[in-house]
Amino acid sequence: MKQQELIRLVLVALVFGLLALLPLIPANDRLMALAVPIAMYAVLATSWSLFSGPTHYISLATAAFYGVGAYTLANGLEVFSYPLLLLMAALLGGGLAALVGMTTLRLSGVYFVIFTLGLAELIRQLVTWYQNNFTGSRGSYVFTDITEAQIYWQLLGLLALVFLLGWLINRSRLGFAIRIIGNDELVARHSGINTARTKVLLFILSGAFAAVVGAVMAPRFVYVEPSMAFSPQLSFMVVVMALLGGVHRLWGPLLGVVPFAIVWELIAANFPGQTVLFMGLAFLVVVYFIPQGVAGVLEQQLHKIRQRRGG
Amino acid sequence: MVILLTGLFLGGIYALIAMGLSLQYGVARIMNLASGEMLVAGAFAGFWVYTAFSVSPYVALFFVVPLAFAFNWLIYNWLLLPLVRRAKNRGQLEVDSILATFGMSFVLVGVMLMAFGGSYFSYSWLARPIELLGSNYSQNRVLAFAVAAVICGGLYLLINRTRLGLSIRAVAVDPRAAGLVAIDVKKVAALTFALGGAVAAAGGTLLSTFLTFDASIGVVFTIKALVIVIMGGVGDIRGAIVAALALGLAETLVATLLDPGLTLAAAYLLFILILLFRPQGLFGRSAL
Repeated sequence: MKQQELIRLVLVALVFGLLALLPLIPANDRLMALAVPIAMYAVLATSWSLFSGPTHYISLATAAFYGVGAYTLANGLEVFSYPLLLLMAALLGGGLAALVGMTTLRLSGVYFVIFTLGLAELIRQLVTWYQNNFTGSRGSYVFTDITEAQIYWQLLGLLALVFLLGWLINRSRLGFAIRIIGNDELVARHSGINTARTKVLLFILSGAFAAVVGAVMAPRFVYVEPSMAFSPQLSFMVVVMALLGGVHRLWGPLLGVVPFAIVWELIAANFPGQTVLFMGLAFLVVVYFIPQGVAGVLEQQLHKIRQRRGG
Repeated sequence: MVILLTGLFLGGIYALIAMGLSLQYGVARIMNLASGEMLVAGAFAGFWVYTAFSVSPYVALFFVVPLAFAFNWLIYNWLLLPLVRRAKNRGQLEVDSILATFGMSFVLVGVMLMAFGGSYFSYSWLARPIELLGSNYSQNRVLAFAVAAVICGGLYLLINRTRLGLSIRAVAVDPRAAGLVAIDVKKVAALTFALGGAVAAAGGTLLSTFLTFDASIGVVFTIKALVIVIMGGVGDIRGAIVAALALGLAETLVATLLDPGLTLAAAYLLFILILLFRPQGLFGRSAL
Protein backbone atom coordinates (compact mmCIF):
# COMPACT_ATOMS: atom_id res chain seq x y z
CA MET A 1 0.00 0.00 0.00
CA LYS A 2 2.83 2.38 0.90
CA GLN A 3 4.56 1.65 -2.39
CA GLN A 4 1.36 2.20 -4.33
CA GLU A 5 0.94 5.61 -2.73
CA LEU A 6 4.50 6.55 -3.57
CA ILE A 7 3.98 5.55 -7.20
CA ARG A 8 0.82 7.62 -7.30
CA LEU A 9 2.60 10.62 -5.83
CA VAL A 10 5.36 10.36 -8.43
CA LEU A 11 2.77 10.06 -11.21
CA VAL A 12 0.90 13.14 -10.02
CA ALA A 13 4.13 15.10 -9.75
CA LEU A 14 5.05 13.98 -13.26
CA VAL A 15 1.70 15.12 -14.68
CA PHE A 16 2.03 18.50 -12.99
CA GLY A 17 5.57 18.80 -14.33
CA LEU A 18 4.39 18.08 -17.87
CA LEU A 19 1.52 20.54 -17.56
CA ALA A 20 3.94 23.20 -16.34
CA LEU A 21 5.87 22.85 -19.61
CA LEU A 22 2.79 23.80 -21.64
CA PRO A 23 3.55 27.55 -21.96
CA LEU A 24 6.97 26.74 -23.40
CA ILE A 25 5.41 25.50 -26.64
CA PRO A 26 6.04 28.19 -29.25
CA ALA A 27 3.16 30.13 -30.87
CA ASN A 28 0.79 28.98 -28.15
CA ASP A 29 -1.70 31.86 -27.94
CA ARG A 30 -4.81 29.80 -28.66
CA LEU A 31 -3.62 26.94 -26.50
CA MET A 32 -3.03 29.25 -23.56
CA ALA A 33 -6.39 30.95 -24.10
CA LEU A 34 -7.92 27.56 -23.38
CA ALA A 35 -5.42 26.35 -20.78
CA VAL A 36 -5.78 29.33 -18.44
CA PRO A 37 -9.58 29.03 -18.03
CA ILE A 38 -9.26 25.27 -17.63
CA ALA A 39 -6.63 25.69 -14.91
CA MET A 40 -8.79 28.35 -13.27
CA TYR A 41 -11.91 26.20 -13.25
CA ALA A 42 -9.87 23.23 -12.08
CA VAL A 43 -8.79 25.13 -8.96
CA LEU A 44 -12.27 26.54 -8.36
CA ALA A 45 -14.13 23.27 -8.90
CA THR A 46 -11.72 21.18 -6.85
CA SER A 47 -11.68 23.60 -3.93
CA TRP A 48 -15.48 23.92 -4.22
CA SER A 49 -15.88 20.20 -3.80
CA LEU A 50 -13.61 20.13 -0.74
CA PHE A 51 -16.58 21.62 1.07
CA SER A 52 -19.62 20.87 -1.07
CA GLY A 53 -18.63 17.33 -2.02
CA PRO A 54 -18.92 15.62 1.37
CA THR A 55 -21.57 17.94 2.84
CA HIS A 56 -23.91 18.24 -0.21
CA TYR A 57 -24.31 21.92 0.54
CA ILE A 58 -24.48 23.51 -2.90
CA SER A 59 -22.49 26.73 -2.62
CA LEU A 60 -23.14 29.39 -5.25
CA ALA A 61 -20.87 31.88 -3.60
CA THR A 62 -17.82 31.23 -5.77
CA ALA A 63 -18.40 34.37 -7.83
CA ALA A 64 -18.59 36.46 -4.66
CA PHE A 65 -15.23 35.23 -3.37
CA TYR A 66 -13.68 35.47 -6.81
CA GLY A 67 -14.86 39.06 -7.17
CA VAL A 68 -13.57 39.97 -3.73
CA GLY A 69 -10.19 38.58 -4.72
CA ALA A 70 -10.15 40.45 -8.03
CA TYR A 71 -11.08 43.69 -6.29
CA THR A 72 -8.47 43.23 -3.61
CA LEU A 73 -5.78 43.04 -6.26
CA ALA A 74 -7.17 45.85 -8.39
CA ASN A 75 -7.41 48.30 -5.53
CA GLY A 76 -4.29 47.39 -3.66
CA LEU A 77 -1.88 47.13 -6.54
CA GLU A 78 -0.38 50.56 -6.03
CA VAL A 79 0.07 50.18 -2.29
CA PHE A 80 1.05 46.58 -1.54
CA SER A 81 3.33 44.00 -3.09
CA TYR A 82 1.82 41.25 -5.21
CA PRO A 83 2.38 38.27 -2.86
CA LEU A 84 0.99 40.27 0.03
CA LEU A 85 -2.11 41.02 -2.04
CA LEU A 86 -2.67 37.32 -2.72
CA LEU A 87 -2.47 36.70 1.00
CA MET A 88 -4.91 39.54 1.66
CA ALA A 89 -7.30 38.11 -0.95
CA ALA A 90 -7.16 34.75 0.81
CA LEU A 91 -7.85 36.39 4.18
CA LEU A 92 -10.73 38.50 2.86
CA GLY A 93 -12.27 35.57 0.98
CA GLY A 94 -11.91 33.36 4.02
CA GLY A 95 -13.34 36.07 6.24
CA LEU A 96 -16.37 36.52 4.01
CA ALA A 97 -16.85 32.76 3.97
CA ALA A 98 -16.67 32.71 7.75
CA LEU A 99 -19.36 35.38 8.01
CA VAL A 100 -21.65 33.65 5.52
CA GLY A 101 -20.97 30.25 7.02
CA MET A 102 -21.69 31.35 10.58
CA THR A 103 -24.97 32.94 9.48
CA THR A 104 -26.32 30.14 7.33
CA LEU A 105 -24.55 26.87 8.00
CA ARG A 106 -26.34 26.32 11.29
CA LEU A 107 -29.51 25.93 9.24
CA SER A 108 -30.59 23.43 6.64
CA GLY A 109 -29.10 23.25 3.15
CA VAL A 110 -31.79 25.17 1.32
CA TYR A 111 -31.14 28.35 3.27
CA PHE A 112 -27.49 28.11 2.45
CA VAL A 113 -28.14 27.66 -1.30
CA ILE A 114 -30.50 30.62 -1.42
CA PHE A 115 -28.19 32.83 0.54
CA THR A 116 -25.16 32.07 -1.59
CA LEU A 117 -27.24 32.41 -4.77
CA GLY A 118 -27.72 36.10 -4.12
CA LEU A 119 -24.44 36.82 -2.36
CA ALA A 120 -22.47 37.78 -5.46
CA GLU A 121 -25.30 40.02 -6.63
CA LEU A 122 -25.53 41.60 -3.18
CA ILE A 123 -21.84 42.45 -3.09
CA ARG A 124 -21.97 43.66 -6.69
CA GLN A 125 -24.77 46.08 -5.82
CA LEU A 126 -22.89 47.34 -2.77
CA VAL A 127 -19.64 47.83 -4.69
CA THR A 128 -21.41 49.57 -7.58
CA TRP A 129 -23.24 51.83 -5.17
CA TYR A 130 -20.04 52.65 -3.32
CA GLN A 131 -18.18 53.40 -6.54
CA ASN A 132 -20.98 55.54 -7.94
CA ASN A 133 -21.28 57.64 -4.82
CA PHE A 134 -17.82 57.81 -3.35
CA THR A 135 -15.10 57.11 -5.89
CA GLY A 136 -16.79 58.36 -9.03
CA SER A 137 -15.35 55.70 -11.34
CA ARG A 138 -17.06 52.47 -12.26
CA GLY A 139 -14.04 50.22 -12.36
CA SER A 140 -10.33 50.24 -11.97
CA TYR A 141 -7.47 49.40 -14.29
CA VAL A 142 -5.04 46.64 -13.49
CA PHE A 143 -1.70 47.25 -15.16
CA THR A 144 0.94 44.66 -14.36
CA ASP A 145 3.71 42.98 -16.24
CA ILE A 146 2.35 39.54 -15.37
CA THR A 147 2.18 37.37 -18.47
CA GLU A 148 -0.39 34.76 -19.42
CA ALA A 149 2.15 32.00 -18.77
CA GLN A 150 2.82 33.31 -15.26
CA ILE A 151 -0.91 33.32 -14.52
CA TYR A 152 -1.07 29.77 -15.74
CA TRP A 153 1.82 28.67 -13.54
CA GLN A 154 0.29 30.32 -10.52
CA LEU A 155 -3.00 28.55 -11.14
CA LEU A 156 -1.20 25.27 -11.56
CA GLY A 157 0.59 25.87 -8.28
CA LEU A 158 -2.73 26.60 -6.60
CA LEU A 159 -4.18 23.41 -8.04
CA ALA A 160 -1.28 21.42 -6.59
CA LEU A 161 -1.89 23.13 -3.25
CA VAL A 162 -5.61 22.28 -3.34
CA PHE A 163 -4.79 18.67 -4.07
CA LEU A 164 -2.25 18.51 -1.28
CA LEU A 165 -4.64 20.09 1.21
CA GLY A 166 -7.52 17.91 0.06
CA TRP A 167 -5.38 14.81 0.46
CA LEU A 168 -4.24 15.86 3.93
CA ILE A 169 -7.80 16.72 4.98
CA ASN A 170 -9.10 13.37 3.79
CA ARG A 171 -6.62 11.65 6.09
CA SER A 172 -7.26 13.92 9.06
CA ARG A 173 -9.87 14.05 11.78
CA LEU A 174 -11.41 17.03 10.00
CA GLY A 175 -11.99 15.01 6.83
CA PHE A 176 -13.43 12.13 8.81
CA ALA A 177 -15.76 14.51 10.63
CA ILE A 178 -16.99 16.16 7.44
CA ARG A 179 -17.73 12.78 5.86
CA ILE A 180 -19.82 11.76 8.86
CA ILE A 181 -21.67 15.07 8.66
CA GLY A 182 -22.38 14.42 5.01
CA ASN A 183 -23.77 10.98 5.75
CA ASP A 184 -25.91 11.97 8.69
CA GLU A 185 -25.61 15.24 10.51
CA LEU A 186 -27.55 14.02 13.53
CA VAL A 187 -25.18 11.09 14.00
CA ALA A 188 -22.25 13.45 13.67
CA ARG A 189 -23.61 15.73 16.36
CA HIS A 190 -24.25 12.81 18.68
CA SER A 191 -20.73 11.51 18.30
CA GLY A 192 -19.42 14.80 19.61
CA ILE A 193 -18.50 16.56 16.37
CA ASN A 194 -18.90 20.31 16.39
CA THR A 195 -20.78 20.25 13.07
CA ALA A 196 -21.12 23.99 12.58
CA ARG A 197 -17.44 24.63 13.21
CA THR A 198 -16.33 21.82 10.89
CA LYS A 199 -18.53 23.05 8.08
CA VAL A 200 -17.48 26.66 8.49
CA LEU A 201 -13.79 25.67 8.50
CA LEU A 202 -14.03 23.86 5.17
CA PHE A 203 -16.18 26.59 3.68
CA ILE A 204 -13.54 29.16 4.68
CA LEU A 205 -10.93 27.07 2.92
CA SER A 206 -12.86 26.92 -0.35
CA GLY A 207 -13.73 30.62 -0.12
CA ALA A 208 -10.09 31.58 0.39
CA PHE A 209 -9.02 29.60 -2.67
CA ALA A 210 -11.70 31.19 -4.86
CA ALA A 211 -10.60 34.65 -3.72
CA VAL A 212 -6.95 33.94 -4.52
CA VAL A 213 -7.98 32.68 -7.97
CA GLY A 214 -9.85 35.94 -8.49
CA ALA A 215 -6.77 37.92 -7.51
CA VAL A 216 -4.54 35.85 -9.79
CA MET A 217 -6.92 36.29 -12.73
CA ALA A 218 -7.43 40.05 -12.26
CA PRO A 219 -4.39 41.13 -14.32
CA ARG A 220 -5.90 39.23 -17.25
CA PHE A 221 -9.00 41.45 -17.23
CA VAL A 222 -6.95 44.68 -17.41
CA TYR A 223 -10.13 46.54 -16.40
CA VAL A 224 -11.96 45.26 -13.31
CA GLU A 225 -15.58 46.31 -12.90
CA PRO A 226 -18.41 44.92 -10.74
CA SER A 227 -20.58 43.19 -13.33
CA MET A 228 -17.60 41.26 -14.63
CA ALA A 229 -15.88 40.41 -11.36
CA PHE A 230 -19.11 39.27 -9.68
CA SER A 231 -20.68 37.49 -12.65
CA PRO A 232 -23.08 34.90 -11.16
CA GLN A 233 -22.49 32.63 -14.14
CA LEU A 234 -19.10 31.70 -12.73
CA SER A 235 -20.67 30.10 -9.65
CA PHE A 236 -22.93 27.94 -11.77
CA MET A 237 -20.09 26.93 -14.08
CA VAL A 238 -18.08 25.73 -11.10
CA VAL A 239 -21.02 23.78 -9.67
CA VAL A 240 -21.93 22.03 -12.89
CA MET A 241 -18.31 21.21 -13.74
CA ALA A 242 -17.60 19.76 -10.31
CA LEU A 243 -20.79 17.69 -10.29
CA LEU A 244 -20.24 16.53 -13.85
CA GLY A 245 -16.82 15.23 -12.86
CA GLY A 246 -17.91 13.76 -9.56
CA VAL A 247 -17.35 15.23 -6.12
CA HIS A 248 -16.77 12.06 -4.12
CA ARG A 249 -13.15 11.89 -5.30
CA LEU A 250 -10.50 14.55 -5.09
CA TRP A 251 -9.64 14.15 -8.78
CA GLY A 252 -13.30 13.92 -9.84
CA PRO A 253 -13.96 17.59 -10.66
CA LEU A 254 -11.04 17.60 -13.10
CA LEU A 255 -12.89 15.08 -15.28
CA GLY A 256 -15.74 17.55 -15.52
CA VAL A 257 -13.71 20.72 -15.92
CA VAL A 258 -11.67 19.74 -18.97
CA PRO A 259 -14.47 18.54 -21.31
CA PHE A 260 -16.97 21.13 -20.13
CA ALA A 261 -14.58 24.05 -20.55
CA ILE A 262 -13.61 22.92 -24.05
CA VAL A 263 -17.23 22.46 -25.18
CA TRP A 264 -18.14 25.75 -23.52
CA GLU A 265 -15.44 27.61 -25.45
CA LEU A 266 -16.61 25.99 -28.69
CA ILE A 267 -20.23 26.98 -28.10
CA ALA A 268 -19.32 30.47 -26.96
CA ALA A 269 -17.28 30.94 -30.13
CA ASN A 270 -19.83 29.54 -32.58
CA PHE A 271 -23.26 30.09 -30.98
CA PRO A 272 -22.76 32.83 -28.40
CA GLY A 273 -26.46 32.99 -27.56
CA GLN A 274 -26.78 29.34 -26.64
CA THR A 275 -24.40 29.02 -23.70
CA VAL A 276 -27.21 29.37 -21.15
CA LEU A 277 -29.21 26.61 -22.81
CA PHE A 278 -26.13 24.39 -22.82
CA MET A 279 -25.53 25.00 -19.13
CA GLY A 280 -29.14 24.12 -18.35
CA LEU A 281 -28.93 20.89 -20.30
CA ALA A 282 -25.66 20.02 -18.58
CA PHE A 283 -27.35 20.45 -15.18
CA LEU A 284 -30.21 18.18 -16.24
CA VAL A 285 -27.83 15.54 -17.62
CA VAL A 286 -25.90 15.53 -14.34
CA VAL A 287 -29.00 15.16 -12.20
CA TYR A 288 -30.83 12.58 -14.29
CA PHE A 289 -28.14 10.47 -15.88
CA ILE A 290 -24.86 10.69 -14.02
CA PRO A 291 -25.56 11.71 -10.42
CA GLN A 292 -22.17 10.30 -9.38
CA GLY A 293 -20.36 12.19 -12.14
CA VAL A 294 -17.89 10.91 -14.69
CA ALA A 295 -15.68 9.67 -11.87
CA GLY A 296 -18.52 7.52 -10.57
CA VAL A 297 -19.21 6.06 -14.01
CA LEU A 298 -15.51 5.33 -14.51
CA GLU A 299 -15.23 3.58 -11.17
CA GLN A 300 -18.27 1.46 -11.91
CA GLN A 301 -16.84 0.35 -15.24
CA LEU A 302 -13.45 -0.39 -13.68
CA HIS A 303 -15.16 -2.40 -10.98
CA LYS A 304 -17.03 -4.43 -13.61
CA ILE A 305 -13.87 -5.13 -15.57
CA ARG A 306 -12.05 -6.22 -12.44
CA GLN A 307 -14.90 -8.50 -11.47
CA ARG A 308 -14.93 -10.10 -14.90
CA ARG A 309 -11.20 -10.71 -14.67
CA GLY A 310 -11.49 -12.11 -11.17
CA GLY A 311 -14.43 -14.36 -12.02
CA MET B 1 -47.20 58.02 2.49
CA VAL B 2 -46.16 57.72 -1.16
CA ILE B 3 -43.48 55.25 -0.15
CA LEU B 4 -45.93 53.32 1.96
CA LEU B 5 -48.47 52.87 -0.82
CA THR B 6 -45.94 52.23 -3.60
CA GLY B 7 -44.30 49.64 -1.38
CA LEU B 8 -47.66 48.11 -0.67
CA PHE B 9 -48.51 47.83 -4.37
CA LEU B 10 -45.18 46.18 -5.10
CA GLY B 11 -45.49 43.92 -2.07
CA GLY B 12 -48.90 42.71 -3.24
CA ILE B 13 -47.40 41.30 -6.41
CA TYR B 14 -44.47 39.83 -4.50
CA ALA B 15 -46.98 38.12 -2.25
CA LEU B 16 -48.55 36.46 -5.26
CA ILE B 17 -45.24 35.20 -6.62
CA ALA B 18 -44.11 34.01 -3.21
CA MET B 19 -47.37 32.16 -2.61
CA GLY B 20 -46.75 30.17 -5.79
CA LEU B 21 -43.31 29.19 -4.57
CA SER B 22 -44.49 28.52 -1.05
CA LEU B 23 -47.11 26.08 -2.32
CA GLN B 24 -44.55 24.27 -4.42
CA TYR B 25 -42.04 23.97 -1.63
CA GLY B 26 -44.41 23.43 1.24
CA VAL B 27 -46.58 20.80 -0.38
CA ALA B 28 -44.76 19.24 -3.31
CA ARG B 29 -41.45 19.53 -1.37
CA ILE B 30 -39.72 20.94 -4.45
CA MET B 31 -37.64 24.08 -4.06
CA ASN B 32 -38.47 25.36 -7.52
CA LEU B 33 -35.69 27.65 -8.65
CA ALA B 34 -37.24 27.90 -12.12
CA SER B 35 -40.17 29.80 -10.66
CA GLY B 36 -38.79 33.14 -11.86
CA GLU B 37 -38.68 31.85 -15.41
CA MET B 38 -42.38 30.95 -15.28
CA LEU B 39 -42.93 34.53 -14.25
CA VAL B 40 -40.92 35.88 -17.18
CA ALA B 41 -42.86 33.60 -19.55
CA GLY B 42 -46.07 35.11 -18.18
CA ALA B 43 -44.62 38.58 -18.68
CA PHE B 44 -43.81 37.79 -22.31
CA ALA B 45 -47.35 36.56 -22.82
CA GLY B 46 -48.72 39.86 -21.52
CA PHE B 47 -46.34 41.79 -23.75
CA TRP B 48 -47.27 39.71 -26.77
CA VAL B 49 -51.03 40.04 -26.28
CA TYR B 50 -50.79 43.79 -25.87
CA THR B 51 -48.42 44.52 -28.75
CA ALA B 52 -49.86 42.02 -31.26
CA PHE B 53 -53.59 42.48 -30.66
CA SER B 54 -53.60 45.76 -28.73
CA VAL B 55 -56.03 44.41 -26.17
CA SER B 56 -55.61 44.56 -22.43
CA PRO B 57 -52.65 42.44 -21.29
CA TYR B 58 -54.95 40.96 -18.68
CA VAL B 59 -56.56 39.00 -21.53
CA ALA B 60 -53.35 36.98 -21.51
CA LEU B 61 -54.27 35.65 -18.07
CA PHE B 62 -57.02 33.57 -19.63
CA PHE B 63 -54.53 31.41 -21.48
CA VAL B 64 -51.41 31.99 -19.37
CA VAL B 65 -52.95 30.45 -16.26
CA PRO B 66 -54.22 27.19 -17.83
CA LEU B 67 -51.11 26.81 -19.98
CA ALA B 68 -48.73 27.37 -17.08
CA PHE B 69 -50.82 24.98 -14.98
CA ALA B 70 -50.57 22.24 -17.62
CA PHE B 71 -46.89 22.89 -18.24
CA ASN B 72 -45.98 22.71 -14.56
CA TRP B 73 -48.13 19.61 -14.11
CA LEU B 74 -46.14 17.91 -16.87
CA ILE B 75 -42.83 19.09 -15.39
CA TYR B 76 -43.77 17.64 -12.04
CA ASN B 77 -44.90 14.30 -13.41
CA TRP B 78 -42.17 13.82 -15.96
CA LEU B 79 -39.12 15.44 -14.46
CA LEU B 80 -39.60 15.82 -10.74
CA LEU B 81 -41.51 12.69 -9.77
CA PRO B 82 -38.57 10.45 -10.78
CA LEU B 83 -36.43 12.47 -8.38
CA VAL B 84 -39.00 12.10 -5.60
CA ARG B 85 -39.03 8.34 -6.15
CA ARG B 86 -35.25 8.11 -6.30
CA ALA B 87 -34.57 10.14 -3.17
CA LYS B 88 -33.79 8.14 -0.07
CA ASN B 89 -34.40 11.04 2.25
CA ARG B 90 -35.58 14.61 2.20
CA GLY B 91 -32.08 16.03 2.07
CA GLN B 92 -31.24 14.21 -1.12
CA LEU B 93 -34.50 15.30 -2.73
CA GLU B 94 -33.68 18.85 -1.81
CA VAL B 95 -30.26 18.76 -3.45
CA ASP B 96 -31.56 16.93 -6.52
CA SER B 97 -34.53 19.20 -7.01
CA ILE B 98 -32.42 22.32 -6.55
CA LEU B 99 -30.00 21.16 -9.24
CA ALA B 100 -32.76 19.96 -11.56
CA THR B 101 -34.75 23.17 -11.31
CA PHE B 102 -31.57 25.19 -11.85
CA GLY B 103 -31.14 23.20 -15.04
CA MET B 104 -34.73 23.86 -16.06
CA SER B 105 -34.38 27.53 -15.31
CA PHE B 106 -31.31 27.82 -17.53
CA VAL B 107 -32.99 25.84 -20.30
CA LEU B 108 -36.04 28.12 -20.12
CA VAL B 109 -33.85 31.23 -20.18
CA GLY B 110 -32.00 29.79 -23.17
CA VAL B 111 -35.24 29.08 -25.01
CA MET B 112 -36.63 32.54 -24.27
CA LEU B 113 -33.36 34.15 -25.36
CA MET B 114 -33.65 32.24 -28.62
CA ALA B 115 -37.27 33.26 -29.10
CA PHE B 116 -37.17 36.90 -28.02
CA GLY B 117 -33.50 37.89 -27.97
CA GLY B 118 -31.60 39.52 -25.16
CA SER B 119 -33.09 43.00 -25.29
CA TYR B 120 -35.31 44.69 -22.71
CA PHE B 121 -39.08 44.70 -23.14
CA SER B 122 -41.68 47.07 -21.87
CA TYR B 123 -44.92 48.55 -23.02
CA SER B 124 -47.00 51.40 -21.86
CA TRP B 125 -50.53 50.51 -20.87
CA LEU B 126 -52.79 52.40 -18.50
CA ALA B 127 -49.88 54.64 -17.61
CA ARG B 128 -52.27 57.35 -16.46
CA PRO B 129 -52.17 58.81 -13.00
CA ILE B 130 -54.78 58.07 -10.40
CA GLU B 131 -55.11 60.10 -7.25
CA LEU B 132 -55.13 58.23 -3.96
CA LEU B 133 -54.94 59.97 -0.58
CA GLY B 134 -53.58 63.12 -2.05
CA SER B 135 -50.80 61.84 -4.30
CA ASN B 136 -50.63 60.30 -7.75
CA TYR B 137 -49.97 56.69 -8.67
CA SER B 138 -50.04 55.09 -12.08
CA GLN B 139 -53.19 53.13 -12.77
CA ASN B 140 -51.43 50.00 -14.03
CA ARG B 141 -49.72 49.51 -10.66
CA VAL B 142 -52.90 49.97 -8.72
CA LEU B 143 -54.80 47.58 -10.95
CA ALA B 144 -52.03 44.98 -10.78
CA PHE B 145 -52.13 45.18 -7.00
CA ALA B 146 -55.90 44.78 -6.96
CA VAL B 147 -55.81 41.74 -9.23
CA ALA B 148 -52.96 40.23 -7.20
CA ALA B 149 -54.99 40.78 -4.04
CA VAL B 150 -58.00 39.05 -5.60
CA ILE B 151 -55.92 36.06 -6.68
CA CYS B 152 -54.24 35.85 -3.26
CA GLY B 153 -57.64 35.97 -1.60
CA GLY B 154 -58.93 33.25 -3.90
CA LEU B 155 -55.96 31.04 -3.09
CA TYR B 156 -56.42 31.65 0.62
CA LEU B 157 -60.07 30.58 0.40
CA LEU B 158 -59.17 27.58 -1.75
CA ILE B 159 -56.66 26.36 0.78
CA ASN B 160 -58.54 27.13 3.96
CA ARG B 161 -62.15 26.56 2.99
CA THR B 162 -62.33 23.71 0.49
CA ARG B 163 -61.87 19.98 0.64
CA LEU B 164 -59.02 20.11 -1.85
CA GLY B 165 -57.41 22.76 0.32
CA LEU B 166 -57.73 20.51 3.32
CA SER B 167 -55.89 17.70 1.55
CA ILE B 168 -53.24 20.16 0.38
CA ARG B 169 -52.69 21.25 3.95
CA ALA B 170 -52.61 17.64 5.08
CA VAL B 171 -49.86 16.79 2.59
CA ALA B 172 -47.95 19.86 3.67
CA VAL B 173 -47.98 18.67 7.27
CA ASP B 174 -47.04 15.05 6.65
CA PRO B 175 -47.19 13.28 3.27
CA ARG B 176 -47.10 9.81 4.81
CA ALA B 177 -49.89 10.43 7.24
CA ALA B 178 -51.91 12.09 4.47
CA GLY B 179 -51.60 8.89 2.45
CA LEU B 180 -53.00 6.93 5.39
CA VAL B 181 -56.24 8.90 5.36
CA ALA B 182 -56.90 8.14 1.70
CA ILE B 183 -55.43 11.29 0.18
CA ASP B 184 -53.76 10.67 -3.17
CA VAL B 185 -50.51 12.39 -2.20
CA LYS B 186 -48.96 12.19 -5.66
CA LYS B 187 -51.99 13.78 -7.27
CA VAL B 188 -52.26 16.53 -4.67
CA ALA B 189 -48.54 17.27 -4.94
CA ALA B 190 -48.72 17.47 -8.74
CA LEU B 191 -51.80 19.69 -8.62
CA THR B 192 -50.23 22.00 -6.06
CA PHE B 193 -47.01 22.24 -8.02
CA ALA B 194 -48.99 23.10 -11.14
CA LEU B 195 -51.06 25.63 -9.22
CA GLY B 196 -47.90 27.27 -7.90
CA GLY B 197 -46.49 27.56 -11.41
CA ALA B 198 -49.74 29.05 -12.72
CA VAL B 199 -49.72 31.63 -9.91
CA ALA B 200 -46.12 32.61 -10.72
CA ALA B 201 -46.95 33.03 -14.41
CA ALA B 202 -49.99 35.14 -13.57
CA GLY B 203 -47.76 37.30 -11.38
CA GLY B 204 -45.47 37.76 -14.39
CA THR B 205 -48.31 38.98 -16.56
CA LEU B 206 -49.27 41.50 -13.88
CA LEU B 207 -45.68 42.67 -13.50
CA SER B 208 -45.25 43.16 -17.23
CA THR B 209 -47.83 45.96 -17.20
CA PHE B 210 -45.50 48.29 -15.33
CA LEU B 211 -42.04 46.77 -15.28
CA THR B 212 -39.27 46.54 -17.86
CA PHE B 213 -38.10 42.95 -18.20
CA ASP B 214 -35.79 40.76 -20.23
CA ALA B 215 -35.38 37.03 -20.78
CA SER B 216 -32.91 36.53 -17.96
CA ILE B 217 -34.49 38.62 -15.20
CA GLY B 218 -36.27 35.60 -13.69
CA VAL B 219 -33.59 34.77 -11.17
CA VAL B 220 -34.02 38.13 -9.43
CA PHE B 221 -37.65 37.32 -8.75
CA THR B 222 -36.78 33.79 -7.74
CA ILE B 223 -34.42 35.19 -5.12
CA LYS B 224 -37.00 37.66 -3.86
CA ALA B 225 -39.69 35.01 -3.69
CA LEU B 226 -37.34 32.67 -1.82
CA VAL B 227 -36.45 35.37 0.68
CA ILE B 228 -40.15 36.06 1.23
CA VAL B 229 -41.00 32.40 1.67
CA ILE B 230 -38.27 31.94 4.24
CA MET B 231 -39.16 35.15 6.04
CA GLY B 232 -42.78 34.15 6.20
CA GLY B 233 -42.09 30.58 7.17
CA VAL B 234 -42.29 27.71 4.70
CA GLY B 235 -45.85 26.81 3.77
CA ASP B 236 -47.31 29.67 5.81
CA ILE B 237 -49.47 31.78 3.49
CA ARG B 238 -50.27 34.45 6.05
CA GLY B 239 -46.58 34.81 6.85
CA ALA B 240 -45.71 35.02 3.16
CA ILE B 241 -48.16 37.88 2.63
CA VAL B 242 -46.81 39.86 5.57
CA ALA B 243 -43.23 39.20 4.50
CA ALA B 244 -43.98 40.21 0.91
CA LEU B 245 -45.49 43.51 1.99
CA ALA B 246 -42.51 44.10 4.28
CA LEU B 247 -40.13 43.43 1.42
CA GLY B 248 -42.06 45.68 -0.97
CA LEU B 249 -41.90 48.46 1.62
CA ALA B 250 -38.22 47.93 2.39
CA GLU B 251 -37.30 47.97 -1.31
CA THR B 252 -39.30 51.10 -2.02
CA LEU B 253 -37.76 52.80 1.00
CA VAL B 254 -34.24 51.97 -0.07
CA ALA B 255 -34.92 52.82 -3.71
CA THR B 256 -36.34 56.26 -2.95
CA LEU B 257 -34.18 57.29 -0.02
CA LEU B 258 -30.86 55.66 -0.87
CA ASP B 259 -30.34 54.23 -4.36
CA PRO B 260 -32.52 52.16 -6.73
CA GLY B 261 -29.52 49.91 -7.36
CA LEU B 262 -29.64 48.59 -3.81
CA THR B 263 -33.03 46.85 -3.79
CA LEU B 264 -31.60 43.36 -3.61
CA ALA B 265 -29.28 44.45 -0.84
CA ALA B 266 -32.37 45.56 1.08
CA ALA B 267 -33.99 42.17 0.55
CA TYR B 268 -30.84 40.49 1.81
CA LEU B 269 -30.60 42.64 4.86
CA LEU B 270 -34.08 41.51 5.86
CA PHE B 271 -33.10 37.94 5.03
CA ILE B 272 -30.01 38.05 7.23
CA LEU B 273 -31.96 39.51 10.13
CA ILE B 274 -34.56 36.77 9.84
CA LEU B 275 -31.91 34.05 9.59
CA LEU B 276 -30.14 35.36 12.65
CA PHE B 277 -33.11 35.98 14.90
CA ARG B 278 -36.13 34.02 13.64
CA PRO B 279 -34.92 31.22 11.34
CA GLN B 280 -38.30 29.51 11.63
CA GLY B 281 -40.04 32.45 9.94
CA LEU B 282 -42.06 35.36 11.26
CA PHE B 283 -44.93 33.26 12.55
CA GLY B 284 -43.18 29.90 12.63
CA ARG B 285 -43.59 27.78 15.71
CA SER B 286 -41.25 24.82 15.58
CA ALA B 287 -37.49 25.05 15.27
CA LEU B 288 -35.94 23.71 12.09
